[in-house]
Amino acid sequence: MEGRPFNDISYERFLSEEKLMGSRCQKCGVLSVPPRSICIKCYGSEMEWVEMKGKGKLAAFTSIAIGPPFMIKEGYDRKHPYVSGVVELEEGVRVVARIEGVDGSKPETIKIGTPLQVEFLHRGEGANSTTFLAFRPL
Amino acid sequence: MRGRKKLGRGVAVLGAGMSKFGMFSEKDSKYLFAEAFHEMVSTVDKGIDPKDIDALYLGNFTNDFFVRQGHWGPIISDLLGLAPKPATRTEGACAASALAFREGVFAIASGFYDVVLVGGVEDMSKRSTEEVTQGLAMAASPYEVKAGFTFPGVFGAMATAYFTRYGASREHLMNVTIKSHNNARLNPKAQFNVSIRDIMNQRIEKAKNKGEPPPAWRDEKEFLRDPRANPVVAWPMHLYDCCPISDGASCVLLAAEEIARDFTDNPLYVVGIGQGSGKGLHAKEDLTYFEATRYAAQEAYELSGLKPEDVQIAEVHDCFSIAEIVHIEDLGFFRPGEGYKAVEEGLTRLDGSKPINTSGGLKCKGHPVGATGTGQLVEIWKQLRGEAGERQVPIKDLRVGAAQSLGGTGGTCTLTILERR
Repeated sequence: MEGRPFNDISYERFLSEEKLMGSRCQKCGVLSVPPRSICIKCYGSEMEWVEMKGKGKLAAFTSIAIGPPFMIKEGYDRKHPYVSGVVELEEGVRVVARIEGVDGSKPETIKIGTPLQVEFLHRGEGANSTTFLAFRPL
Repeated sequence: MRGRKKLGRGVAVLGAGMSKFGMFSEKDSKYLFAEAFHEMVSTVDKGIDPKDIDALYLGNFTNDFFVRQGHWGPIISDLLGLAPKPATRTEGACAASALAFREGVFAIASGFYDVVLVGGVEDMSKRSTEEVTQGLAMAASPYEVKAGFTFPGVFGAMATAYFTRYGASREHLMNVTIKSHNNARLNPKAQFNVSIRDIMNQRIEKAKNKGEPPPAWRDEKEFLRDPRANPVVAWPMHLYDCCPISDGASCVLLAAEEIARDFTDNPLYVVGIGQGSGKGLHAKEDLTYFEATRYAAQEAYELSGLKPEDVQIAEVHDCFSIAEIVHIEDLGFFRPGEGYKAVEEGLTRLDGSKPINTSGGLKCKGHPVGATGTGQLVEIWKQLRGEAGERQVPIKDLRVGAAQSLGGTGGTCTLTILERR
C-alpha cells in the first residue's frame, strides 16, 4: 500500500479493494480525497495514504433521467433515473458518488443532510471490471 | 481609476456577427462560420478588407469527436482566404471562443498585431442526444463523469444545494425560463424564438387539430409544471431548464484602439477582461457559486475600474436556468441568495433595471458551445450600438455591457466588459 503512487490509478485500485482512500500531506496535514501528489496548501510532496471511515452526509444531489451509455447499460433511463450526489465525509472532505437506496423517481423525498454509509459497486469482468464509489442512507 | 493590471494598448471591437443558431442537417462548420463572417463584415461601418486581418483565434470544443475532424484553426483561415496568416484554436469547453477573444485582445494589446478576427464554431446536432451528453461530459472532472454526473446533473446538484441554503425552489427557476423565451421571441437568430405562451398555444392548436382534448394550462408555470410538457432531465433540471443542442458560429473583429476609427465611427472598447479556473464539484469550497467566475469578474472589474453596478446589461452563461441565478450573484449584480428574488421581481427582464440575456440566452438563442462566447458579445455589440431592434433595452445612455462565459462545470470562467464612448 505504501508504495502506491498518489494518483487516480491507485485511488481506483483501492476502490476495487473496497477502500476509500485519500492522501495526507506529511508536512502540513491537509487531507485530499481523491489523492493528490502535490499538497496545494504547502506544496509538500511527502504524502501518506489515509483510509476514510466511509461515513458522511448528503451535500447535494441530482436524479438523472438521461445518462451516459455506461449508465444506460445498467438499465437506467427516463423511467428509471439514478441518483448522483456530493457527499461530505466525516473527515471534512467531499467526494462525488452514486447514491443508492433512494428513489430517483421521487427526488422530492431525498433530503440534503441525510446520513450515508459508503458502498462499493463492482461492475464488469476481468480487464473491463471497474468499481463505482457509492453511498447509501444509514 | 485603473487597477494594477492593464492592457499594453487599448483594443476596440469593429464588428460582430453570428450565424443563425439551430439544428441544421445541411450546414457544416465552414458554412456556419462563413455565415457569421459575412454578417460581421457587414457591421464594420467603413468596411474591412479581409486582407487586413493579421491573425485568427478560433474557439471550438467538440468537433474532434462529433465531426471526427480536428485542427479547425487553419480550416477556417483557409475558408476565409486568410492563410498563410496564423490561426490558433482555443479550447476551454463551452467558453472556447471567450478564450479566443481574450487571446485576440492580448495579441493586439501586446503590439504584435493590429487587426485580429476572433470567433467560434460548433457542429453538434448530427449526433444523438446520448452521444452529445457523453461528449460534453468530457469537460467535467473525471470523478464527476464516473459518479454518473452529466452536465445537467452537475447543475441539478448545485440547484439542490442552492435551494436548501437560500429557500429557493423550482418555481423560481421557471421565472428565468419564461423571461429567456420572452426575449428570444424578439431575436430572429435564436433557435427557439418563441415565448412559452406561444409554445402552449401551438400545443393546444395541435391537440385540437388531432381531435384530442386540448391541454388546459392556466399559465406558463402550469405548463412548466406539467411533466408531459416539461419532463425531468436531471432533477431539478427539467427540459425547459436546459439549453438545446445547437449548431452555429459567431465572430468579432478586434483592432488596436488607435486605428479603430479608420474602420468605424462607433467602435466599442474592451475595458475589462477576466478569466478564472475552477475545481471539480467535490473540491469546490462551496456548492452554491463559481469561484472561477468571481475571480474572472474581479479581474475584469479591476482592469476596467468599473463596479458591478456600472454594468448596465449582461449576457451570462445560462446553460441551465440555475446557472443564470448563480452567475448574476457571482458577478456582483445581486447579493448571494438574492439572485432568484431579483429575477422574480422582474429586474432582469428587458425592461428591468439590469436586463440579463436579452438575446434569449443559451437556453433559447442556442448553445453551439464553441460559438457561444463571441455569440454573447454579438448581442452586447448590438445593444450598445442601439441596433437590437425589437429587443433593444430601453436604458437611456446605454454604454457598458458585459458577457460572462463558463466552460465545463465551472472549470473555465470569463468576463468581458465592453464600453461605448
